[in-house]
Amino acid sequence: MTHIPLEHVLFLSCILFSIGFVGVISRKNTLFMLMSLEVMLNAVGVAFIGAGSAWRQADGQVMFILILTLAAAEVAVGLALFIRMQRRYRSLDIDELNEMRG
Amino acid sequence: MMLTIIIFGLLLCGGFAWFMEGIKQHSARWIALGSFIAFALFFAFSLINNPQSFNELQLFVRIPWISIFNIEYALALDHLSITLIILTFFLAIICVLVSWQEIQDKCGFYYFNLLASIAGIIGVFCAVDLFLFFFFWEVMLLPMTAIIAIWGHENRHFAAIKFFIFTQVSSLLMLVAIIATAYFHAHQTGSLSFYYQDWLQLDIPLHLASYLMLGFFIAFAVKLPSVPVHSWLPDAHTQAPTAGSVLLAGVLLKTGAYGLIRFVIFLFPQASQNFAPIAGVLAVVSILYGAKMAFAQTDFKRLVAYSSISHMGFVMLALFAFNTVAYQGAIVTMVAHGLSSAALFSLAGMVYNRIHSRSLNDMGGFWQSAPRMGGFALAFAGAAFGLPGLANFIGEFMSLVGAYPRYPILVILAAFGLIGSAIYGMVLFQTSFQGSATQNIADLSMRELMISGSLLLLLLIIGLYPNLLLQYSMGASSL
Amino acid sequence: MSTTMLAALPFYPLVSFLLLITLAKRLSWQQASLLSVGAMALSALSSGILVYQLSQSDTHVLTVHLWSWFSLKNSTGIADVNFAFYLDALSSVMICVVTGIGFLIHLFAAVYMKNDENFSRFMAYMNLFIVAMLILVLADNLVLLYLGWEGVGLCSFLLIGFWYQEKDNVLAARKAFIVTRIGDTAMAIGLFMLFKSLGQLNIVDVTQAAQASWQVGSNDAYWIALLLLGGAVGKSAQLPLQTWLPDAMAGPTPVSALIHAATMVTAGVYLIARMHGVFLLAPEVMQYVAWVGASTLLLAGVAALVQTDIKRVLAYSTMSQIGYMMLALGAGAWSAGVFHLMTHAFFKALLFLTAGSVILALHHQQNLFKMGGLLKKLPVESTLFIIGLICLMALPGTSGFFSKEAIIAQLWSSPTAGQSLWWCAILGALLTSIYSCRLFFLAFLGGQRFDTKLHIEKSKLLRISLIALAILSLLGGLISLDLQAVFTAIPTPVSTVNEPHWLHTVAIITPFIGIAFSWFYFARYRVNDGAEIKASQSKLSQFLRSGLGFDTLYQWLLIKPYCFIAQFNRRDIVDQVIMLNAWYVRLWHDTLSTSQNGSLRWYAAAFGLAIVCLVGVVTL
Repeated sequence: MTHIPLEHVLFLSCILFSIGFVGVISRKNTLFMLMSLEVMLNAVGVAFIGAGSAWRQADGQVMFILILTLAAAEVAVGLALFIRMQRRYRSLDIDELNEMRG
Repeated sequence: MMLTIIIFGLLLCGGFAWFMEGIKQHSARWIALGSFIAFALFFAFSLINNPQSFNELQLFVRIPWISIFNIEYALALDHLSITLIILTFFLAIICVLVSWQEIQDKCGFYYFNLLASIAGIIGVFCAVDLFLFFFFWEVMLLPMTAIIAIWGHENRHFAAIKFFIFTQVSSLLMLVAIIATAYFHAHQTGSLSFYYQDWLQLDIPLHLASYLMLGFFIAFAVKLPSVPVHSWLPDAHTQAPTAGSVLLAGVLLKTGAYGLIRFVIFLFPQASQNFAPIAGVLAVVSILYGAKMAFAQTDFKRLVAYSSISHMGFVMLALFAFNTVAYQGAIVTMVAHGLSSAALFSLAGMVYNRIHSRSLNDMGGFWQSAPRMGGFALAFAGAAFGLPGLANFIGEFMSLVGAYPRYPILVILAAFGLIGSAIYGMVLFQTSFQGSATQNIADLSMRELMISGSLLLLLLIIGLYPNLLLQYSMGASSL
Repeated sequence: MSTTMLAALPFYPLVSFLLLITLAKRLSWQQASLLSVGAMALSALSSGILVYQLSQSDTHVLTVHLWSWFSLKNSTGIADVNFAFYLDALSSVMICVVTGIGFLIHLFAAVYMKNDENFSRFMAYMNLFIVAMLILVLADNLVLLYLGWEGVGLCSFLLIGFWYQEKDNVLAARKAFIVTRIGDTAMAIGLFMLFKSLGQLNIVDVTQAAQASWQVGSNDAYWIALLLLGGAVGKSAQLPLQTWLPDAMAGPTPVSALIHAATMVTAGVYLIARMHGVFLLAPEVMQYVAWVGASTLLLAGVAALVQTDIKRVLAYSTMSQIGYMMLALGAGAWSAGVFHLMTHAFFKALLFLTAGSVILALHHQQNLFKMGGLLKKLPVESTLFIIGLICLMALPGTSGFFSKEAIIAQLWSSPTAGQSLWWCAILGALLTSIYSCRLFFLAFLGGQRFDTKLHIEKSKLLRISLIALAILSLLGGLISLDLQAVFTAIPTPVSTVNEPHWLHTVAIITPFIGIAFSWFYFARYRVNDGAEIKASQSKLSQFLRSGLGFDTLYQWLLIKPYCFIAQFNRRDIVDQVIMLNAWYVRLWHDTLSTSQNGSLRWYAAAFGLAIVCLVGVVTL
């Protein structure tokens, strides 16, 4: 198996993370925000896989399973909240939620 | 013990009044009036049994309070405290009479605040442990702020917040100075102490003493008030309800002067002497600037507020002259100004109750329909510009005569304040009571006549026989 | 006995004042006038008895101590300032003038103001004034004198502004009070200096101490005398504080007679005479006094030549005559000055009260150019007025003649006055006779220029006071005032210059020259030929009529700048500077609160930024 240098994996992870982060900030639709959040989580997962492979330990894979579980739970709660939001504000625009300001 | 009874008794009566107002309407004001009269008589009676307190500082109670820091609960009286406490009681009764009809809602809480504030003020005048003094200093401020903020006029929140922040910032400086001095005491003698008599024995090096004195001075200069830290006063006085203004002008300002005498001058004599020329200049600026600003005002209460600034300038000039005659003049000015300012603010309140306006442009020709009120207004305006025969003249005259040998130029400038006070006094009286009558107002009621009459009577008595106030201070002041 | 009488002297009018004020509307006219005039009668009687007893006593000085007012600690001990009265020859002259003339004027006023709805208040103020004036002249220390001084100022304010519904009266009263206050402040500063230098404020002690410790011409004496002069100048309406007196004529005529002719304006003269011990130690200041007197004399005389209001002519005339008194004091002719004070009180009160009758008869008409021909219509008033005027002009035999000649005689050879001032006095006498004749011609001779029916006052009481004053004016010159005891205790330097022999002659014939001049110059005023007479409206006349432009000068120099500064800084620049703090805090608040906009994406972006910064800080 060709050895993939750790730096390449981490670069990939960073790029994916930034794409996800930019997506969270710049998308107004909450579902797209959730998708971008997923991308960020996956990016972190890639980083963990790469690190596990570099250190030749299985902990990286275990962390990735944890992240997947976390993502699933978070998406479930998030989608529930956004359904409530859609019922209340009649839109999925995240900028509608701005009453907690001073 | 007697003083403790008075202070905490007033607080308890305040709570009682608050409680009783809920049960029976209008009972709070009677309870307040009754408690003030009762405690005043109690105070007078106890003084007769303790005549030596007229001469030098007589300790009444001293018990440990917060022993870790050697903070004690110590109260004492001397002639200065006694004079000011008697003034406080008298003006407290006037305050209750003035608010009799004026305060209609939340009466119970109002009278609680009034009684609590008076309790705090009496505590300020007799505390000799500096931490206790600071404690009472804060206690007297909070109810006052509440009175302005809740029962004041249209801009009351702004005025209350401004008043509160101003005094709190200056008190902070005083607190730093108190703690620093206490630690210096620990450094010099080995034990922490906040007790006044211990501090009198301290030998503080001049550079440190100057800073400590400055900390105290700024707090008392804000209270006095002295230019340039005077600007809380016009707003606070204008927006406060009548009793608030009476208490503020009559008594709270005197706590500043009291602090200057008791702490600044006696604790740091050398530093005060060095600072005296600056203080004198500030005093003269207060006198002249206050007079000029008073002349420019169209609001009755604001004009009287600026006149207070002008009069207290005389007190500061007199105190920093380090002269017995000037010191006596300062005491008389304090009492006289307390009475005459209280009178002018009561009058402003009476006029406001009738026409619901403080603006001089809305007034005119009131003598036509209210000659008795006009007569009293003239008498009190005369007190404001130092008409001989009333107490203010004695105070101003003795202050200037005493200060002249030390600061001739400053006294000559201060004498121009006499012209300035005549100008604004006449403008105040003539704009409101003379000229063609714009509207008819009711003349003085019996309650208002009692208020004005008693104040004028006291002003006349002190003006014609000031030895009542001065006989104890002749030998006592070792300035 | 006499000490109690002395102590009680100011208290009769004081009790009357208190009763009148408290019972104001409930008293009828009879009761109120009985109370006030009765109190004055008691005072006048007591004064007379006291003066008689004084002349019989050995020491010619009477003192009484009422109570201790306050004490001042000086360098050697304690100086007491007491409510105590001191009666000597000088103060006895003053109390007789004040109570005697005061009584006559009160009597007149009781009838004159009968129909005024605030009659009790008026008489109350008049009585209070007498109380203050008596305290002023009887005070044995300068602080009590200051109390009387301010008291008369206050009463003058109240009486000038008695008809307070008119804006003009209110402003005139304010002007009077503030201008005199300026003088009072100068006097107060003088008192401070006096106490610092001598440690005393009791008049007798001050005079003794001054004689003992100050050299002639010393700095202390100079400044203190100058400041006392400042006080006197304010109260006596002399240059430069004279602008209030003409406007003070807005008050009722009895007020003008009592306060602004006979008593209050002479308080300044009394002060200088009483403090002559201090003034003698400052010869330059005595020269100033003389020059102030002379210049006011001429200024007021010139201004009186063009006035259109009868009371204003008399006001400027008063100013001018007090100038004579000041000139006398400045020249060291103390007794002459006080004598002229007394005679002036007689004839000026007479003139004012008679003018009041005339004004009343013409239904409150005061404009000279709307009078005329009253000699036939009001013969009694005309005769009384003539008597007053001939005393004013100092025609031989009248009281005015004796007093004015006494002054003029001492001017030429006085070391602090001199020849130029003698000529000023003569010129002043000339001006006096010219404006007096003009006044008489315009008001009483010539054709009738009024068209209202004359209101003839039926009451005889009015005439009593006037006739009494007329008798005093004519015969008062025979009263010999023995002020030797007061003024020769400290000798006044007298020069030994040889006087020219024509001095007296010139002085005596001057008024006649003036009368002759007026006879021809003002001929059109006195002949009844139907020609229309109007006041001159030329620029010069208007300038002179306004009192030589002093009002305008003070307006531009003092009043406008003060009002401008006051208005400009109405919002208190110090407050604005302190509120900058509040503005600054609010600025931070507004700035930072934009970052709390509730937008989730914003917060997320802030997280990211913070993490980047942190990581950067950690790695670098």
